[in-house]
Amino acid sequence: MPIIRAEHLGFDYVKFNDDNETEERVNAVKNVDLSVERGSFIAILGHNGSGKSTLAKQINALLIPTEGTMWVDGINTSEEQELWKVRQKAGMVFQNPDNQIIGTVVDEDVAFGPENLGIETEDIWLRVEDALKSVGMLGFRDRSPNRLSGGQKQRVAIAGVVAMHPDCIVLDEPTAMLDPNGRREVLEAVKELNRREHVTVILITHYMEEVVFADHVIVMDKGSIILQGTPREIFSQVETLKKYRLSVPQATELAYELRQSGCGLPEDILTSEELVEALCRLN
Amino acid sequence: MQIELKDLSYTYGLHTVYEVPALKGINLKIRAGEFIGLAGHTGSGKSTLIQHMNGLIRPTSGQVFYEGKDIWEEGYDLRELRTHVGLVFQYPENQLFETTVLKDVMFGPGNQGLSEEECRKRADYALKLVGIPEDLYETSPFDLSGGQKRRAAIAGVLAMNVEVLILDEPTAGLDPAGREEILTLIRHLRDQQGITIILVSHSMEDVAAYAQRMIVFHEGEIAFDGTPKMVFSHFRELEKIGLAAPEITYIMHELKERGLDVDVSAITVPEAKRSILMALAQKNS
Amino acid sequence: MGELTLGQYYPVDSVLHRLDPRVKFVGTIVYIVGLFQVRGVFGYLFAAAVLLLLIFLSKVPFRFILKSLKPVFFLLIITMLFNVLLTPGTVLWKWWILRITKEGLRQAVTMGLRLVFLVCGSSIMTLTTTPNALTDAMERLFSFLKIIRVPVHEIAMMMSIALRFIPILTEELDKIKKAQMARGADFESGGVIRRLKAMIPLLVPLFVSAFRRANDLAMAMEARCYHGGSGRTQMKPLRYRRRDAAAYILMAVFLGICIVFRITGL
Repeated sequence: MPIIRAEHLGFDYVKFNDDNETEERVNAVKNVDLSVERGSFIAILGHNGSGKSTLAKQINALLIPTEGTMWVDGINTSEEQELWKVRQKAGMVFQNPDNQIIGTVVDEDVAFGPENLGIETEDIWLRVEDALKSVGMLGFRDRSPNRLSGGQKQRVAIAGVVAMHPDCIVLDEPTAMLDPNGRREVLEAVKELNRREHVTVILITHYMEEVVFADHVIVMDKGSIILQGTPREIFSQVETLKKYRLSVPQATELAYELRQSGCGLPEDILTSEELVEALCRLN
Repeated sequence: MQIELKDLSYTYGLHTVYEVPALKGINLKIRAGEFIGLAGHTGSGKSTLIQHMNGLIRPTSGQVFYEGKDIWEEGYDLRELRTHVGLVFQYPENQLFETTVLKDVMFGPGNQGLSEEECRKRADYALKLVGIPEDLYETSPFDLSGGQKRRAAIAGVLAMNVEVLILDEPTAGLDPAGREEILTLIRHLRDQQGITIILVSHSMEDVAAYAQRMIVFHEGEIAFDGTPKMVFSHFRELEKIGLAAPEITYIMHELKERGLDVDVSAITVPEAKRSILMALAQKNS
Repeated sequence: MGELTLGQYYPVDSVLHRLDPRVKFVGTIVYIVGLFQVRGVFGYLFAAAVLLLLIFLSKVPFRFILKSLKPVFFLLIITMLFNVLLTPGTVLWKWWILRITKEGLRQAVTMGLRLVFLVCGSSIMTLTTTPNALTDAMERLFSFLKIIRVPVHEIAMMMSIALRFIPILTEELDKIKKAQMARGADFESGGVIRRLKAMIPLLVPLFVSAFRRANDLAMAMEARCYHGGSGRTQMKPLRYRRRDAAAYILMAVFLGICIVFRITGL
């Protein structure tokens, strides 16, 4: 059974005017079908306003679909009595590291989720320790979050979700506000979690380099899925991506440009190593 | 020389337990019309440096000159300096406050003591430069899209008729389309308006593609200063201080090592393409 | 910088640091109550001795305790002046409409000492207890108010969120101020009205940011299954230990002695 499944999913933002009448209806997500296998690493691409964040928030029931159905581990997210179960199963990490840390000490923040779940004190300690260890932040457990770098704060936020023992983690542009070092740290932590703990990862981003590691990539535009497949399949469609004003990694772009000029390079080049290899084999 | 820094040092929390040296003896000259990329990782001192250029921070020691005048000399008008040297902070859209886009952009010129009429003219000019259409002038800045907000905020600085524009990570948090829009705008400001640009960026690809001169900061000191090509040729050293060259640099070096006679100083996709095609043709002939 | 501006926790390991925050909170109140019992010289000497002992036990350098007097220094001077000049009684010295009486001097010294002891006493608490632990203590101590529907948990949650965000917003305000200065704003010159007007470009962005942060945080809390205090467990629940019991007994003894001083008037 897939861990996340959506059918004909749609979401409308409704803007009310002063008289409480519907003034505007924005169709943020429309007719999305989705199926995510347990333990996989999914990336969702698309630029601002493409509906990717709205889709993400429906996975852990922060938003309830206005059309269609979303299931998390077989639970329909529209069923109100299952709300907390859904949120425990599908954790969420947001963009701004400062605005999602609640505790004034790192370990207390990581404990916030388990505390809400009513976990026994001794267990909380074990969970907090494991979670901090899994993102490499155990050494910072007594620190104030205000003293950490952006990348470290995001890792604490990830640990806070991990401590709730979720089946799946949704990360909504977790690296958008970080510098390259911070981005690397966070991405490494996420990859580790997926590899070692087999947590399903759904990474929303607009950095193409971050998508290369995913098992499956979904590209969204104007609320719909316009492309999906392995990173290789996606990045071989350089023209389509450019049409939607998305960039591709430099190696892929260079390969595409060279192909345009008549070089007989394969279409599915993803990394610089592959490009160098292919160019050296050209003769 | 438009801007000159002489033996500039700055220490945070001087004479307290939390003393942190941020800049150590910086000497730097910036000519009018340059496009400078300023790189270095968080905490390397680049953000502190740019705030010295418009007199927001007073150096602990050393001097700052604008057009040959020491800006910390008695009687120097710092507020006027700030109308020449515009500084756009990170996430500038967070500083919008007026009820309409136009009024917000008029804030800067208004502080210069210009007439309402003149302020409006300046704002209109700046908004046109950044590509905000006239029908958005009267909307609330908070109703603009993310990219528009940022451009409106940049217009707020441009409206002061700046000669130097310093931008701290102007593309942070934007999607690829938005990033390109901002960078194209900046290039246009320099090429068409002759404004000196100092671009603080984490993206080596952006610096490679846009800047003419690149300055790398490390632990409060200038580690490299030269053309991007020259700086990126030191990519091994850059890695040691936690930075990297554009992906292209690595590809070109690897190709060279594997026997393809390419130009290792190529740092952008078009340059690399040209060089590889040439090397391939040469090899086949 | 950051959290140093707020709260004044001094991180060392001492007996006082290890005490349960509830004990320290109650202890501070007991000390203040005791302070208002004593009247005579010996009473004050006793209160001073206890204070010095506590400072010694806290391992907090004396100058940090003195620093806490800085913000109330002005208040202290005013209080003492008023008491010196306005208390009727035996006149010791007189000039124009000003007069100093024996009772006034006595009153001023008493009030001054009380204020100094009070501030020092409570700063021992804040110097040895993290703001968060204090919030926790108050939540537990006042939990009986839940019976009359006071949202004790929610208030405590609000306080701890405020503690987390005050340094962030302070930093943000500083950033906004610099950015507006870069746009030529002037916060230094002009009269009151002009200065108030100059605040608008600071306050609007600050509020917008605060609201956005509040919104984000609420969502992040919900995403982590926060649904109020019911059914919530704690990672670091407050548990009394033997030293806490001992501290309560000592407090009772202290209060007893103070009452004895009051009755005997020493």
